[in-house]
Amino acid sequence: MTEVRPRIRLPRSASAGDSIVVKTLINHDMESGQRRNSAGETIPRQIINRFTCEFNGVMVLDAALEPAISANPYMEFEAVVPESGDFVFTWYDDNGEVYTATETFEVS
Amino acid sequence: MQHLKPAKTLALASACVAALWSGAALADPDLSADLMIDGELHIVTQAPADDIVPNLPARYSGWLFRDPATRDMQADDFENPAMLAVDSGAELWETADGTAGQSCQDCHDDAEESMAGVRARMPHVNADGELWSMENYVNNCRTERMGAEAWRWSGGEMTSMTAFISMQSRGMPVAVQIDGPAAPYWEQGRDMYYTRYGQLELSCSSCHEESTGMMIRADHLSQGQISGFPTYRLKNAGIVSIHNRFRGCIRDTRAETFAEGSEEFRALELYVASRGMGLDVEGVSVRP
Repeated sequence: MTEVRPRIRLPRSASAGDSIVVKTLINHDMESGQRRNSAGETIPRQIINRFTCEFNGVMVLDAALEPAISANPYMEFEAVVPESGDFVFTWYDDNGEVYTATETFEVS
Repeated sequence: MQHLKPAKTLALASACVAALWSGAALADPDLSADLMIDGELHIVTQAPADDIVPNLPARYSGWLFRDPATRDMQADDFENPAMLAVDSGAELWETADGTAGQSCQDCHDDAEESMAGVRARMPHVNADGELWSMENYVNNCRTERMGAEAWRWSGGEMTSMTAFISMQSRGMPVAVQIDGPAAPYWEQGRDMYYTRYGQLELSCSSCHEESTGMMIRADHLSQGQISGFPTYRLKNAGIVSIHNRFRGCIRDTRAETFAEGSEEFRALELYVASRGMGLDVEGVSVRP
């Protein structure tokens, strides 16, 4: 697989206490474990099985992902920002790898 | 071709005729839709017909035939999954490869300038009089100048690179050369377009001229424009090249297809590109 590269998008600005839309995208094959290769052997499952988003150490979202989710999973959700701080996004791969991305958000 | 007109202008009688075609979608193409990328860049998705396309009422991008959710995905660069390929293409652009230890950037510098308009002019007749697609130019650089191995026509590296290069022409009108040395290729492509292939005896025209706007299985038949290529196809969850799409179409007529990169497909690419002259290059589009 090519290098995993998470993408994050937050709004440019918001006031303290506002609810903002958070968008994330990560490139991943999300191999379901249901397919076979040309030799007829099952291709082992390898998906992102968990995604979390924390803001200043507080869990915003903790999602379990399943094999039916398409490649390059896109997540969009709302989060309340009580103050300025750091969003930490974490993707957990079946192969044990963990991908993280951090994005600072300033409230106005 | 009553079903091509916007529903609101249809007279009652022609609406009845259109309704008789089972599966004809009156809303296709949705001519009220306007493609604005990130609220900033306007993309031309409709252009007038001319002598090149005498059988079309006007030129319509495939984008107009897609459902609103798919259209929205392309209107937002963050949601457009093809941008993942554009990112990898940008990385390949500056990565040295081959015995010469050179990257694309070493010769071509900033792609934003050097590659602007390239997609709009492809395919193009090269100095030796041969019609080349973008993939040929890329591989020629790799094997002749970089001392690197050629990439597979529809392999991940190649589609990422063509996606990245095509992005530099986004919003520029398709303007391929079809006269002079390109004329015989263009004529070859036109003849192919109207040739019925396969057990189903279908030509490109059977679907993309005569049946535009109707349903093909669960999908809508567009004019088969290639101004949006390379495209992210949701069913493939990946980038699809022009020749890959041609191959799929011909296979669906139950014919033995031409090979990707073959002279036949390059000629067809030129002719089909010319059918989209005036439409904007979409860089990397999203299709179902």
